[in-house]
Amino acid sequence: MKRANPRRQRLAALGLLGIPLLSFPLLSLPQGEWAGLPAPFLYLFGAWALLVGLAAVVAEGRD
Amino acid sequence: MAKKILIVDDEPNIVISLEFLMKKEGFEVAVAGDGEEALAKVATFGPDLMLLDVMMPKKSGFEVCEALRADPARAGLLIVMLTAKGRDTEVAKGIALGADAYVTKPFSTKELVAKVKEMLAA
Amino acid sequence: MGLLFAVARFGDARADAGRSIITANVYALSLAVYCTSWTFYGSVGRATSGGLSFLTIYIGPTLMLLFAGVIVKMIRIAKTQRLTSIADFIAARYGKSQLLAGLVTVIAVIGVVPYIALQLKAVAASLDVLLGGQGTNFLPAMFDSTLVIAALLALFTILFGTRHLDATERHEGMVAAVAFESVVKLIAFVAVGLFVTYGMFGGFAELFQRTAATPGLERLLQLDSAKAGTWAALILLSGLAIIFLPRQFQIIVVENVDESHLRRAVWLFPLYLVLINIFVLPLALGGLLHFQGQPFNPDTFVLTLPLARGAETLALLVFIGGLSAATGMVIVETIALSTMICNDLVMPWLLRSRRFGVAEREDLSGLLLGIRRVAIVAILLLGYIYFRAAGEAYALVGIGLISFAAVAQFAPAMFGGMYWKQGTRAGAVAGLLGGFAVWLYTLLLPSFAKSGWIDKGFVEHGLFGIGALKAQALFGLAGLDEISHSLWWSLFVNIGLYVGVSLWSRPDAVEAGQAERFVDVFKHAGRGTDARLWRGTASAEELVGLLDRFLGRPRARQQLANYAAGRGLDDWRSLPVDAEFVRFAETQLSGAIGSASARVMVASVAKEEDLGLDEVLDILDEATQVRAYSRELEAKQHELEAATAELREANERLRELDRMKDDFISTVTHELRTPLTSIRALSEMLHEDPEIDIDDRTRFLGIIVNEAERLTRLINQILDMAKLESGRAEWTTSEVDVAAIVREAMDSLGQLFRDKNVALEGEIADSVPVVLADRDRLTQVMINLLSNAVKFVPGGSGRVKVRVVAGERAVRVEVIDNGPGLTPEECVVIFEKFRQGGNTMTDKPQGTGLGLPISRQIVEYFGGNLWVESSPGAGATFVFTVPLPAHE
Repeated sequence: MKRANPRRQRLAALGLLGIPLLSFPLLSLPQGEWAGLPAPFLYLFGAWALLVGLAAVVAEGRD
Repeated sequence: MAKKILIVDDEPNIVISLEFLMKKEGFEVAVAGDGEEALAKVATFGPDLMLLDVMMPKKSGFEVCEALRADPARAGLLIVMLTAKGRDTEVAKGIALGADAYVTKPFSTKELVAKVKEMLAA
Repeated sequence: MGLLFAVARFGDARADAGRSIITANVYALSLAVYCTSWTFYGSVGRATSGGLSFLTIYIGPTLMLLFAGVIVKMIRIAKTQRLTSIADFIAARYGKSQLLAGLVTVIAVIGVVPYIALQLKAVAASLDVLLGGQGTNFLPAMFDSTLVIAALLALFTILFGTRHLDATERHEGMVAAVAFESVVKLIAFVAVGLFVTYGMFGGFAELFQRTAATPGLERLLQLDSAKAGTWAALILLSGLAIIFLPRQFQIIVVENVDESHLRRAVWLFPLYLVLINIFVLPLALGGLLHFQGQPFNPDTFVLTLPLARGAETLALLVFIGGLSAATGMVIVETIALSTMICNDLVMPWLLRSRRFGVAEREDLSGLLLGIRRVAIVAILLLGYIYFRAAGEAYALVGIGLISFAAVAQFAPAMFGGMYWKQGTRAGAVAGLLGGFAVWLYTLLLPSFAKSGWIDKGFVEHGLFGIGALKAQALFGLAGLDEISHSLWWSLFVNIGLYVGVSLWSRPDAVEAGQAERFVDVFKHAGRGTDARLWRGTASAEELVGLLDRFLGRPRARQQLANYAAGRGLDDWRSLPVDAEFVRFAETQLSGAIGSASARVMVASVAKEEDLGLDEVLDILDEATQVRAYSRELEAKQHELEAATAELREANERLRELDRMKDDFISTVTHELRTPLTSIRALSEMLHEDPEIDIDDRTRFLGIIVNEAERLTRLINQILDMAKLESGRAEWTTSEVDVAAIVREAMDSLGQLFRDKNVALEGEIADSVPVVLADRDRLTQVMINLLSNAVKFVPGGSGRVKVRVVAGERAVRVEVIDNGPGLTPEECVVIFEKFRQGGNTMTDKPQGTGLGLPISRQIVEYFGGNLWVESSPGAGATFVFTVPLPAHE
């Protein structure tokens, strides 16, 4: 079982968060355009990049 | 009146010497060869002082001493114990039983006489 | 151009000798082998029809990596168990089953072949585009360019991955090269993306606006919620694929050098994915917009677009990028697959069937390498065949997803194995077979059908015409795209069978042990715990021989030396052949030939004993030991008690002796002092008074003399006694005539008798044998007895008779008197020191009381006895015996 490793647990939490975040039905929300760019495009990449950024912070953070 | 001395010893030669010694000093002397005789003689002779040997058959000097001290009538009797055994335990035992003096053999006749006189004078 | 890359990779491969160049970044980037030519070409192609749906393939891995704990566990297990492939992993978990290993390998190979075909297709297509139709002139007509490519790839792979056998199956150079090519891929792709977006169009905004304005294209900008099911399915699928594709497993788990590297990979790799995908949609849109009205292959937009603008260098760069992506994938994938084929498929079969042939070969490393090389060629060949058979009908992405669905079948067995101890081999086999079968039926076969190689009947109408068994609408589940459909059914069957069969079956001992080790891998620190479950005997020689054969001698020795050093021994030859050592050997072997085969080999060498019986024996042994021990304890206790008792007795005796000694001394003192008293007193008196009359004086002097004599006698006797008792007396043994001695003694004491008027007569035998004795001492005894006799008999009527008789064994002398006799008590007492018989009051005896004790000592010294027989009033008879000398 997963060790009581806070880092791993946080990462796993991010993963669990990411599932609904990057799939329907949430994905059906952004519609149309935002600032001239297709909303889904922006949302997807934005959310995705954010997730990765958070992961980076957690993974490389203080031990 | 002359003091009476009872000599008790199982060695005849010692008795002889002591008897002569005491007689010479002017005491009245009686002798006994063993413990029983000693007690009997005490009763009949009524000595003032007793020279009592420890190692004796029938009754040892200690027993005689004890018996005599138990007898209130003989409270004034002076007992001088004589013995060849000089161990401290013996001396202590003798004193504890009520002997007035303890002399080890061989003794000095002069000293013995002096002691006897001293005791009788007191 | 390809050569350039080959060289670059070779250079990296050199660097693996010695220092590890795998850093966290390198490790993270190497994961990007996931992005193959599919990413390069296929994504764009997919985007032209599905919009953003292509992203699912990359979202899945991102999310899966966030569950890093799972991956860490996988890595930990693989390291501790020395597992070198997926087949190894699964087989090891379920009791090192060779069946499972083989099954997994077969599924992997079949599943991945389409993927490899994909790469071939991509390379072929890109080459085609690049060379712009000149390709046909490049090579002789009879050679299909794709085949050539396949052959080249096979060659590269062989050169790359089969130079030697590594127990850990790590290929550091390869990993470094892959990381390098990942960077190249990224650069190339971004380059073309930038080119198209900003070079050909006015940037993102303009691109999107133009798309929105074009009918039929604006939907690509939005997400189609009707495809929700597919979306989720694809995310799941890719999330599984990131681990279960053989090459991914190889890179992530097997090639992992340091668990902490995973930390970097968790975000760096997803970041890579983000970056490489940003320009996919723009590229697709750009292509669509640009090539409107023309026939196009969207998969090759990345090439055709720059070419259309005359950017040939860029196109070349892109081609190189795509080529490197493809080769990277192929190399790693084939190496991983060939390892599995060799270790988990071929070797077990070889070992089993032609055991002698294989077992006797001295060095099998060559054979192993050979098998792998053949496998590599075979895989590529299969890939080519599939390409030919089915490659035409699908877009690239479609083919890739078929492979994804295949490797997804490993998921239940793997995850179940890692977290569920009840998962059994039977369950895993059932699940795998079931899922694989469904996959075959719903995806692979239809792919052949769609290309026209086999009849489409079962696809359209169901197997045997049964509508419910339509290949891509099983049991009426329509409305899903074929991938999702297949995924759903195959996983359903897989998981269902796995769980169901596992619950109904029982794991055997090895499986259970493995289950423990896998599920609780974090709890088992070190490797010591495994030794518990093994019992057997093995010879060091045989184990070492195994290692030599499969690892190659120098390498085997190296590993042995390391292991020995790890256990604190200088020479590996002095290693104890215990369970730990066997485990070590097994682990080493599994690196070379797979864990299942390793187990077989080691088991054949080590004679394992039945666990159950052994345990019973052990217990029995213990019980008997305990009983024996407690009995010993009891016995010791008894001994102890006896010894204590003895000690106490001895102590008592000592104390008594001490007392006796004290008594003796005080008695002696007394005895000595008594005559002294008389002597002194009388002497003093004589001295004091010279007037003493002569009679008294004479008397006194006589006494003095007597006493002095007495004293002297006493002292003499005491010394005599002391000498006799301590054994320091001097004895002069000679032949002695007892009769003569007796007569002499009688003579010397005659006067004494006459003085007291006591009759003395002797009754002496005529011939008395001679004895060995001390003459003087015997005389002493006689005199003692006679003087005693005369002392105690009454004067005048006293009679003393001496008899000397020669007996059988001794001469007997009796002194008989008619004195007062002795009581029984006195008979004993008189022999004690200083004790005298008779009434000591009436006549003090002249004796010292030592005569008899001394006499007895003397007599007993000669071996005889001295005693008295008497009763009161009946006189006394003193008897002593002197034994005759022993005749020869």
